[in-house]
Amino acid sequence: MEKMIIVDSEKCTGCRMCEMVCSVKNEGVSNPARARIAVVKWEADGYYLPMVCQQCEDAPCAAACPVKAISRDTELGRTVVDYDKCIGCRLCVSVCPFGGMGYDTIGRKVIKCDLCGGDPTCVKFCDPGAIQYVDINKANMKRKRAASRNLSELMRKHAP
Amino acid sequence: MALNKKIAYIDLSEKTVKMENIPLEMRKKYLGGRGIDAYLLYNHCPKGADPLGPENVLLVSAGLLVGTPASASARTHVMAKSPLTGAVGSSNMGGFFGPEMRWAGFDHLVIKGKAEKPTYIWINDGKIEFRDASELMGLAPPQVEQAVREELADDEIKVMSIGIAGENLVRFAIVETGLKNAGGRSGMGTVMGSKNLKAIAVRGTGDIEIKHPEEVLEYDLNFINGIVNTKFGRIMQKWGTMFIYGVTNSTGLVRVRNFQANQLPASEDLECENIEDYSFGTEGCFSCSLHCRHKYIIKEGEYAGTYAQGPEYTSQGAFGAEVGCRSFNTVLTGNHLVNYYGLDTLEVGSLIAWAFELYEKGIITDKDTGGLKLEWGNDDVVLKMIEKIAKREDIGDTLAEGPLRAAKKIGKGSEKYLIHVKGMSNLHSDERPTPSLALGIATGTRGSDHLRSRPAIDLYHLPEPVLRKIYSYPVPYDGPLTSDYRDYKGKPWQVFWQEMCYMAVDCLGICKYHTKFLSPNNPAFKEWPELIKLITDLDFTPEEIWEIAERAYNLEKLFNIREGFTRKDDALVDRYFDEPTPDGLALVRGKSIDRKKFKKMLDEYYAHHGWDEKGVVPDKTLERLGLKSEPSNAL
Repeated sequence: MEKMIIVDSEKCTGCRMCEMVCSVKNEGVSNPARARIAVVKWEADGYYLPMVCQQCEDAPCAAACPVKAISRDTELGRTVVDYDKCIGCRLCVSVCPFGGMGYDTIGRKVIKCDLCGGDPTCVKFCDPGAIQYVDINKANMKRKRAASRNLSELMRKHAP
Repeated sequence: MALNKKIAYIDLSEKTVKMENIPLEMRKKYLGGRGIDAYLLYNHCPKGADPLGPENVLLVSAGLLVGTPASASARTHVMAKSPLTGAVGSSNMGGFFGPEMRWAGFDHLVIKGKAEKPTYIWINDGKIEFRDASELMGLAPPQVEQAVREELADDEIKVMSIGIAGENLVRFAIVETGLKNAGGRSGMGTVMGSKNLKAIAVRGTGDIEIKHPEEVLEYDLNFINGIVNTKFGRIMQKWGTMFIYGVTNSTGLVRVRNFQANQLPASEDLECENIEDYSFGTEGCFSCSLHCRHKYIIKEGEYAGTYAQGPEYTSQGAFGAEVGCRSFNTVLTGNHLVNYYGLDTLEVGSLIAWAFELYEKGIITDKDTGGLKLEWGNDDVVLKMIEKIAKREDIGDTLAEGPLRAAKKIGKGSEKYLIHVKGMSNLHSDERPTPSLALGIATGTRGSDHLRSRPAIDLYHLPEPVLRKIYSYPVPYDGPLTSDYRDYKGKPWQVFWQEMCYMAVDCLGICKYHTKFLSPNNPAFKEWPELIKLITDLDFTPEEIWEIAERAYNLEKLFNIREGFTRKDDALVDRYFDEPTPDGLALVRGKSIDRKKFKKMLDEYYAHHGWDEKGVVPDKTLERLGLKSEPSNAL
């Protein structure tokens, strides 16, 4: 079963625990600058959205990589960096439309979410459930159901 | 590493910055945060210093575990000599400033002197510089944060600043970060204002080392689950501290119309559930799963459409029960205004209520108020008064001086209507039926206070064996403990225990909602050494954490003694003894504090601390805690 991370801005409380535990898990330190996930905030109106690699099927980072260091892991449905091949040119950082690829100035390497090998730490710690790791086939079912509820109410109201 | 964060000595007069390492010895004696701040205050603030003079020292710190997987490790502590009380000034705020300070490389800032012109301090990855703040003057704290981010072109900068109340030297101005995180009590924003320091901006991208990352993540996950998966946890997530109002008001534990009643009838509109009509979600401080404040939009009145955060239980009293108002919209508006102007919501509410009672008694009149009719339940007047205090207009200018100075200025016996301890106003809780809570506010080092000593769990009527389990660890206690909160027996020990508990979390930089403040199930002395070990590799026993808390608390006490505070200042105003509660359930009605029993409680409390009957710290206790040679100038 292939899974994906989905984020829900309405549930995000902006606490940035995901950033902290990500850096502890991956780098052994607390440092959001080295985390693979970041909560982007519009503080003036209270809107927060965790941003993380979308694990694109046809990933711009992989396409841009001059040494083919980024490849597709079909088992976990993720793009992965082969650090033996990576030359640290940061083209991938430039081309990613989500900011999912970052550069760690202390570790001197590009960094991206690798889904913690199939058990994402950020998801475990997100008590509000703003970050979830779900079966791709069912990822949109909740939104389908919510939309259909609204639609069905309208249809029932206007039924002949 | 977690221990390599520096202390920076910043002189605003000389425009100099000196950075030093913090000796391990200081960590072993004081951990960090409020503990090391207490040391710094005692060592750097000269006796008799003018709190608003350049000789006062403003201390800003992030506790030992701030920014780490200790959960809710978000707190920034601020300390100075208080311009409100002349005693220890100390306050503590959530948000994201403290963690950012540590990522920028600093645990402690010692700010002295006075800037020649409006200034802000810019801390950026190990570097500290002074910048011109002329353009920031007059702005509210959230606006300051925005303006600094634009000026320095970085949206991730965190700013701690003051509003116009701090600029105008209102004696209970707050320091604030984000929309509502306030270092609220004891006028720390006033000290910033007196130094011409509008803001401190910080940005860091450095590591906080974690010694045992895998283990601490596992520990933290259990830790969080233990806190959120309780009745308390789920209630806090939904309502925040607003949940308290329904319980305390229906019981009769709320101070109404200054001190004239202890229950506001028909005030269901002030209860927490009303937030649903205004809220579009909740927000958490750094790394906290309780996310106890709401994001809300004011619906009615002059500020309709304004986005703000909160409110706390405090504001339900300040702009509700205390002033006889019953509108949730007013509570939300008042909460927004104090954060906008940079005022302590608690002090503002209590002082307005006091002024209303003086007006009712004819001690002040329309002439003093600029024509405002200070009548109970007049929402518009309450909100107008907030502005008057911040801008120092009419009666607001008098109230801006704080309870004791205002009473002196007004005269005419106005002082006997004040509800304060050490010149700091009391929360809107009515402690007449609850001796433990009454003792707690009377003894607090920073003045009347619920966040430095309150045994709030006393209100839960916990069975004696449960109380014993909590209160006889880590230091054995075999004296009395009673589950009846109206009793006097054993209460001094509970106050003492809570003082140590709150001091310890303030040293670590963890939120009080993550210890035994409102929930008896939450972690405390047993868990903290385990967390410290996993994060820093330092070894402490629970008993040693207790001793550190005692040492730091005693330094606060020594500071107060040096400034002339004595046993007579650990006191309640006469109304607590002379006016029995008129309202509430039978169990709390007709209650007042018994003078003789209160005196006995105070004696016992001093004895637990190892202080003499005058409240002085004797040599024996100084020796036991290694304080004999203070001030020792190690930092």
